[in-house]
Parts: sequence; structure tokens; C-alpha cells
Amino acid sequence: MPVRLLMGNQAIAYGAVEAGVQVAAGYPGTPSSEIMATLSKLAPRHNFHAEWSVNEKVALEVAAGAAFAGARAICTMKQVGLNVAADPLMTLAYLGVRGGLVLLVADDPGPHSSQNEQDTRYFAKFAKLPVLDPATPAEAREMTRYAFELSEKLELPVILRPTTRTCHAYQDIRISDEYNPRPVSGFKRDRRWICLPTVARQRHPILNRQQEQARALLEQSPFNEERKGGKATRTGIIACGVAVGYVHESLALAGLAEDVDVLKLGTPYPLPAEPVLSFIRRMDRVLVVEELEPVVEEQVITLAWKHGLSVSISGKHDYVVPREGELDVDRVLVSVGAFSGIETKAVAATTDNKLPALPVRPPVMCAGCPHRASYYAFKKAAEGLDVVFAGDIGCYTLGVAPPLKAVDTSLCMGASVTVANGLHWAEPERRQVAFLGDSTFFHTGIAGLINAVYNKANITVVVLDNHTTAMTGHQPHPGTGQTVVGEPAQAIDIAALARACGVEFVRVVDPLVPTKAIREAREAMEFPGPSVVVMSKPCVAKNKRGFRYEVASPELCNGCRICVDELGCPAILPGPEAPVISLNCAGCALCVRICPSGAIRRVS
Amino acid sequence: MKNFDLVVAGVGGQGIILASRVVSNAAIAAGMEVRTSEVLGMAQREGPVTSHVRMGRNIQGALIPSGQADALLGFELSETVRNLYLLKPGGTVVTSTTTIVPTTVVLGLSSYNREELMAHLRQTVSNLVTVNAERLAREASNVKALNSVLLGTLAAIDKLPIPAAALRETLLSIVPARLHEVNERAFDLGYRSIGVS
Ligand SMILES: Cc1ncc(C[n+]2csc(CCOP(=O)(O)OP(=O)(O)O)c2C)c(N)n1
Ligand code: SF4
Repeated sequence: MPVRLLMGNQAIAYGAVEAGVQVAAGYPGTPSSEIMATLSKLAPRHNFHAEWSVNEKVALEVAAGAAFAGARAICTMKQVGLNVAADPLMTLAYLGVRGGLVLLVADDPGPHSSQNEQDTRYFAKFAKLPVLDPATPAEAREMTRYAFELSEKLELPVILRPTTRTCHAYQDIRISDEYNPRPVSGFKRDRRWICLPTVARQRHPILNRQQEQARALLEQSPFNEERKGGKATRTGIIACGVAVGYVHESLALAGLAEDVDVLKLGTPYPLPAEPVLSFIRRMDRVLVVEELEPVVEEQVITLAWKHGLSVSISGKHDYVVPREGELDVDRVLVSVGAFSGIETKAVAATTDNKLPALPVRPPVMCAGCPHRASYYAFKKAAEGLDVVFAGDIGCYTLGVAPPLKAVDTSLCMGASVTVANGLHWAEPERRQVAFLGDSTFFHTGIAGLINAVYNKANITVVVLDNHTTAMTGHQPHPGTGQTVVGEPAQAIDIAALARACGVEFVRVVDPLVPTKAIREAREAMEFPGPSVVVMSKPCVAKNKRGFRYEVASPELCNGCRICVDELGCPAILPGPEAPVISLNCAGCALCVRICPSGAIRRVS
Repeated sequence: MKNFDLVVAGVGGQGIILASRVVSNAAIAAGMEVRTSEVLGMAQREGPVTSHVRMGRNIQGALIPSGQADALLGFELSETVRNLYLLKPGGTVVTSTTTIVPTTVVLGLSSYNREELMAHLRQTVSNLVTVNAERLAREASNVKALNSVLLGTLAAIDKLPIPAAALRETLLSIVPARLHEVNERAFDLGYRSIGVS
């Protein structure tokens, strides 16, 4: 077995393969996407099924079906994806599974690249499903294998919930390339698979009893472990997931490593009572350190109360540990200091001196991104009109930044269209334009379009069709004509779908031809009914042109700065005489076409 | 052997991740444990990228605490300064003098003062090595080899717990064969650049 530098997400994928996974379904979302990307590379070799599903609800139901038939299945998504899959999740807990089903939900404290920082461990508790919280990439892989076993023992889906620092951290890991799936037992008819109210009444007490069974199994799991400081102490810290490392490092930095015992908890729900009880019984004071919500803390408090223990418990409820944002050693050091009543010198950094002003460097759409051209066209077309631009989630959300400022709302995937529906009914005399990507259109956008046609909301829907799911790392989707394993597939035609939904104005437009794009945009917004514009052009990050552009000579430039000020393209910088186009130019030619003096020419 | 913490920072698209992976893999080859992680932006380029690389034994987490990094390898001047808070007092900085001006500056929403940033570095970092990595990469006949130049310079200051030859070998084992020559040249130019930038 070779040692390799593996990302947590790769480690999880290898863990699933080692567990003999037979069906893998997911929808992309940072920080979870590389799990399916890795599985899709291993799937053809081992001959198991992997797919990017249309959305998370679909993915979970696909995995559930496979597990009903006795196959081992994994389903991957990011934290907000579980909201979309919440409907199947809540009832699947009642029905249960035959084959092991691991539901991988990646949380994003911070948040780094998400619209909120919800804690999936609460969701696990809400659905009454066991959840595992890995501290390191290596542990994530162990937990993946264990989760399949646990799922089959309990006949319940098991949630594995890594966070960004496990998903996207790399570690030296020894991997095997074994794949030994068990034969699929096959689907057997049973009333249990039918969610009738009578079945729910039968299954609910079973589900509740399973909580205690799960607790007992988790108590025996290898993921909860005490580490004694050395000195006899009555002070302890309970740490969960990635916070375990932060706690140990903070204690070392504060010179407290020997004075505090640490209980590492890898199984936050149901709380493994035995190791926690024997730990807190020895303590006068305990601090609970976990990222996001006080899921473990609340259960520890309840446990202590149930057993009449007088141990004092600190954590989030008394503001010793931050409740929002990502933890790190710097923040945990402050908590450990406050808890121990010692002054933890904020570590001497090299920047005690005052920093000079630093440039603000937000992520921006790439040079040559077709979304920039689409927004430009609609901004131009909307000049003099009173319109609202309802936005969505994808690379194109970055159109919010100046100079485009083309995003007025953004709520969750697919909500551009539905929020535009609502805005329309509040102000029917105003035009609402919804912008969403192709992947987002298939994910949940299409329901809003059907709704608009059915309920006669006269909105314009602009599908920014860059032939990929760019934001999350360029995954294929139903419109791309390719599956996750790279096989050709039926490419579903967005314009045809829109027509089939009853939209009478449907245009497919090249956003990089601004004059035509502006005209079509204007017509779409003036159409007396729902209208759809499919702005079709591939994402440049994946489709480089072999040439770029430059200002031919400064004399040709009339100094109007339109290219600099209206596009916000990162490849166009103002120069002493005329703008300078950098080597980052991707050759989209949008600036060429809007330059009133024809000063920009092609270089190969 | 003491553990070693390295920060690699710059702007998306500069080849930071590859440089970070080269160091990580070389550390594994040298028998160390490794933990590394990026504070990544998104799919697009142009955002700031910071990669933390931790090498040694008993590594607790993938993130380097403030003021603990032994060295900082900077690909872009302002990003080097932005990440200084991670460096321990007396730590080493190897930075390219490359500047990448973001659109916020172009639009007058923030500022970029190169001289001020250089002065700040000189004043606060005792072990500072600056290199015009962009020029050297071009000399090696490919601007994209910026990361190999910087790895060469990093190897030359001899602070990493990895021998220069091993770092060079790992680099070449990772880049595609057709780019070997360019990257070899770039690494060597970076290696020899100390004191002549
Ligand atoms: C429910 C949910 N699932 C997944 C995500 C992660 N995510 C953010 S944007 C996006 C898709 C973007 O693809 P597309 O709409 O095609 O736009 P592009 O980025 O290609 O411009 C995804 C999957 C999310 N934010 N919410
Ligand atoms: S990755 Fe593609 S879609 Fe995203 S900003 Fe870059 S060009 Fe645009």
C-alpha cells in the first residue's frame, strides 16, 4: 500500500470503495464535490455506478432506492444541499435501509463558499440519524468504512459530516486499491418501504428505539478517545471534529498540555454516554469545543443534569467558544485562555507594525467569462427601463460587483426565477429579469419557470448557459451530453424545454456578439408574457481560445475608458496612454466589439 | 527534527497549489508526515490563494496559527504582505516582486502602493529574499514557470527540511514530461538568483 498525499474528499472516496460501494449519487457543492469526482474515476475500473444527479433530492432518492435493494450506496452534497433533500431524508429515517447508505454532507463553517453556515449535526438529530464528525482526512476515510457497517447494523442511513478543513485538507495516507463488494441481496417486497400513515405509526417507535441502539454502538466505536494531560487534573476539554487538533495545539501554545485532559468525540449524535460520563465524572470543570452549533454541548449538559453531576460546563452558551464562523488555533487559544483564567498572549506575529493599505482582491469572473457579456447586454438593454435583476447561485453571482452591479437578489439555487415571480406579483408594472446558470436551471430553476407560465407571471428568464457547472469545479450536468464518468449522454436542450413549458418567446443568443445580444435582451424584456433567453457560450476556464487581444497603438485609442470602466475585465488595466490588455486575456473579443474607435486587435 | 510550517501565498492562477503540492510530496518522500490546506476562493482565478503546508511529526491540524510559520513563499507582493501575520518573528520570506493589480484598484475602489509594500517588507522582515520571478520565468521561456522559479529560490535559502535536489526531483516528477526542460531551467534560475535580484 503506497503512501499518498490525499485530500480528505479523496480519502472519503477511497474509503467508500474499500467498503464496496455499489451506487454513488450526488450533486456538486463546495466543499464536497471532489468525492464524486474521485469516485467517478474509480467507478469504471471497479464497475460500480456513479452519477451526478439533477439535484440533491434526486441524488438521495437514487441512493435510497439502491439501498432498499440491498446495495451499498453513498450520496454526496454540501450542507445546503441537504435542505433540498430534506423531504426524502425525514421519511427515509422511518423506512430505513437494507444496504448501507452513507449520506455525506460537507459543512462549511466560515462560511467560505456557501450562502449560510448551517450545522448538519442538528439535521441528523432532527432526522434521528447517527452522524460522524471526522477530525482529519485519515479519520474521514476510516469513518466512511465504519459508516457503511453501522448503517447496515442499524438499518438506518448514517450521516458523515466533514467540514471544509477535512474535505480540502491533504494528508499522507496509505491507501489500498481493494474493491470487494458483496452481492446485492435484491429488492424484497415489504410494507416497510411504503410510507403510509399506518407504517409511520409502526416505524416511529422503532426509530426512537434505534437511537439507544445507535448510542450503544457508537460508545464502542474507535472514534471517541481520551487523552490524559499527564498531571492529575479535574479540568477537561471535550473536543469534536477538526476542533480536536486546534485544542491540542492551543493547549501546547498556552503551556497547558499537561494540565488538561482532552476527550475527543467523533460521534456527536447520538452522544456516546459512556465515555462522556466517565470523563465528566472526574472533572470539576469541562469546556466543550466544537465548530458551529452547540450540538454536543447541549447533550453533555443534559447528560450531566440527568446524572445529577455538579460539573460546570462551559462552551457556547456562556460565550467562551464562538458560535459563528470557522474555528482555528487563534480563536480556540482565546477560548482555552478564558476557560483556564490565564492570559494567552496573542501570538507575536511579524505584523505588529502597522500594515500599509492592501488592495481589496475579491474573486471576480475570469477574463473572457461569457457571463460578463450576458450581463453587459442586459444592462445596456435595460437602460431607461425600470427592471429588477433577480440573481442566483453560480459564478455569475460575482456579477454583483462593480462595474456590472447586475445582481439585485440571491437567495438559494433556483430562487432567481421564483423570487422574480413574487417580485412580479408585488409590482406587476415593473419588469423582472431572472439570471441563472444551466446547472441551476436543471437543479431547481425549471420548476419556477413552469410556475411563471402557469400563473402568468410575465418575467424574463435568462439562462447563462456555459455548458458546465463552473462554480463548483466544472462538473457535467444534464445539458452537457456527458455523464460523470465521461460517457456520452443525451444532451437535454434548455430552449426546447422552455418551449415545452409553454414559453412563447425563447431565443438562443451568443452573448459575445453584443449588438445582437442587446437587441434580443430588449425584445425579451418587452415581450408581453414570460420570456426566456438562453445565453449560450462555453466557460472560458475550460475552453481556452488560442489567441488574445491588445490595443493596436495608443494613437487609435480615444481615451474613453469604456473597456476599463464598463466591463470590469481583470485583463484590462488602465495604462499611461491607452489601456493595457494583459496576458490573461482569453480572447473573448467583447472589448473589441464595444470599442468605439476600433483600437483593439488580435494577437496570436 | 523540528516541525516546519510553510505558507505559500499569491493570486489564483499563479501556480500556488502546484508549488504547495511539490513541497508536500517532497516532504513525504523525505519521510515526514504532512498536512496541507488552502483557503481557496472559488473556480475563478484572480482571488487570493493561501496554502498552508505543515511537515514533521504529530501534526495537529492543517492550519498554521498566526505567528507560527517558519517561512512564507510569496508569489505576489501585496499577497505576501497580507499573509505576514502568519510568519513567526525571525521567520523567512521569499517573495516574487510580481504585482497583480485587481479590478477594485482599476475602478478606484482600493489602492495598490508598490513602494509602500516593499518598504514594509524590508522594515519588518529580517530574513527577506526578493526575486523577480516573472522575469526569470520568462527567461526560462514560460511565464507559467513562475512557481518553479520560486521553488528554486526557496530551495536555495536552505531553510526547508528538504534537500534542494529532492525538491527539484519532486517538481519534475509532478509536471508533465514535455514541460520538464522549462521547469528545470526555471528552478535553476530561481536557485541561482539569490542576491542578484
Ligand atoms: C442546494 C445547493 N446545492 C449546491 C450548491 C453549490 N453550488 C453553488 S453554484 C452551483 C452551480 C453553478 O452552476 P451553474 O448554475 O451552471 O453556473 P456556473 O457556475 O456554471 O456559472 C452549485 C452546484 C448550492 N449553493 N446550493
Ligand atoms: S470559471 Fe467559467 S463561468 Fe466561472 S467565472 Fe470563469 S469563465 Fe466564468
